[in-house]
Amino acid sequence: MRRTLRRVAPVLLLGLALLGVWELYCDLGGVEAVVLPPPHAVASALWDNAGLLSHNFAVTAEEVVLGLALAIAAGLTFAIAIHLSPVLRRAFYPLAVGSQAVPIPVIGVLLVFWWGFGIFPKLVVIALICFFPVLVTTIDGLASLDPERAKLLRTLDASRWQTLRFAELPAAVPAALSGARIALAVGVIGAFIAETSTPTTGTYTGLGREIVLDAGGFQTARAYAATALLFAFAIVCFQSLAMAERRLAPWRRPGLAGATR
Amino acid sequence: MAHGSSSPGADPSNLWGNAREGSDVTTATRIRPGAAPAAATPSDAPRPRDELVISGLQVTYASERGAPVRALGEVSLQAHAGELVAVVGPSGCGKTTLLEVVCGLRAPDRGTVVGPAAVLMPQRDLLLPWLDALENAALSLRLAGLRRAGALAAARELFCELGLDGFERACPQELSGGMRQRVAFARTLLSGKRLLCLDEPFGALDAITRSEMQQWLARSLQREPRTVLLVTHDVEEAIVLCDRVVVLSPRPGRVLAELEVPLPRPRRAADPEVAALRARALARLAGEGP
Repeated sequence: MRRTLRRVAPVLLLGLALLGVWELYCDLGGVEAVVLPPPHAVASALWDNAGLLSHNFAVTAEEVVLGLALAIAAGLTFAIAIHLSPVLRRAFYPLAVGSQAVPIPVIGVLLVFWWGFGIFPKLVVIALICFFPVLVTTIDGLASLDPERAKLLRTLDASRWQTLRFAELPAAVPAALSGARIALAVGVIGAFIAETSTPTTGTYTGLGREIVLDAGGFQTARAYAATALLFAFAIVCFQSLAMAERRLAPWRRPGLAGATR
Repeated sequence: MAHGSSSPGADPSNLWGNAREGSDVTTATRIRPGAAPAAATPSDAPRPRDELVISGLQVTYASERGAPVRALGEVSLQAHAGELVAVVGPSGCGKTTLLEVVCGLRAPDRGTVVGPAAVLMPQRDLLLPWLDALENAALSLRLAGLRRAGALAAARELFCELGLDGFERACPQELSGGMRQRVAFARTLLSGKRLLCLDEPFGALDAITRSEMQQWLARSLQREPRTVLLVTHDVEEAIVLCDRVVVLSPRPGRVLAELEVPLPRPRRAADPEVAALRARALARLAGEGP
């Protein structure tokens, strides 16, 4: 309990201080409420629109989680393929780099023509944005097995597949998780891009679209409330990934890692 | 083996006579037809068959700049089944290269290695940090195709035998340097190969732990007899552990001398016989007479 408090105290204090400055700035008439609503107005917008916002939040959260899962699956698959085959590396890697220059908001519309109004085109947009960091970090992680260990595995007659399974893949886990964290950070904004670039039908269309509609409709406080939800969601996801890393790569625990490498 | 460098009869208690002379296994004569086999010395002692025969090994590295570096000048040596052979020499005399060739990790420029499959135990334990101690030892068995449960059971048995019980679930980062080497040795043994190539296994340990580990290794090899090629720059370690000590010259490595170690076990570094043999080996290293 005490340790939890000590961990979260700094971010809580800084957050409160920033909110205080924001509130003060608005109260002293620094800017009109329709441009920058004060925090208490955002809080009451959050409360008043709890139903609408929570439904939209559920839509966006699903997109982020599934899109990220798709990105991680694709990133890992291509990273392993590229790691195992120099030909694939030469063939695929340049194209993967090039794919990052594609103006995704433009193709979002095309994806809807292709796959319809459902969630899938959005997942593709998010995955296109997120898979690159996973790909690059995992490729580096797979190559990070030190040559002495590789030599040892050879004298133990390890096959290519066994080397991958017992040594290279576990060695790549920390790097892949770092990639996943970067992917997550861009994934939330990726969901925003996905929602605003793909036409949708349905009652609840996600926080991203909500923000755009509210900002255009002078519902600024609600737009900020929706943003606050995305803000908190990103933090929670990041923390879950950090927890996953402690479970999946316990040898990287600080204090232990330094002793061996 | 430098032909004719051995001094016949130098050691009356030599258990195995001069295993090289007239050995039908040696291929040295094929590679160096000019070298006449040493004159047959009639010997009544039964001579165990050589399990490992290294003949006329030469290795040259292509260095990045300048002339290629000759790591091994010409090395020949033999080991018979169950024999512990130490290879000592100054740093950079190609000892590690020799083991890499024996383990099939590097092709020699000239010469041959005839022997069973060999496994390498490097100086750094190279345990995998994502596996616990038992899983690290069992890795050899898993790589040989055993299922997890069977591999772990076999490793657990060996852990008891080697005095490692209680450390099965420890992760490598929690183990001391000596314990890590023990786990690495268990992994080496579990590979099931008859020839162990130990590359300065205790080089990174402090003096006290090292002498403990030497005693431990001697006991372990009595329980699990294998043919061992031990590379070290510590002459004392070679004499305490091994049946025979092969002294290599500075780079490019050549065999300067071979000393039998006919001392009873267990041996201690402080034994006067060990000290006397050590002095002899060091004299050979310094290029002096027998």
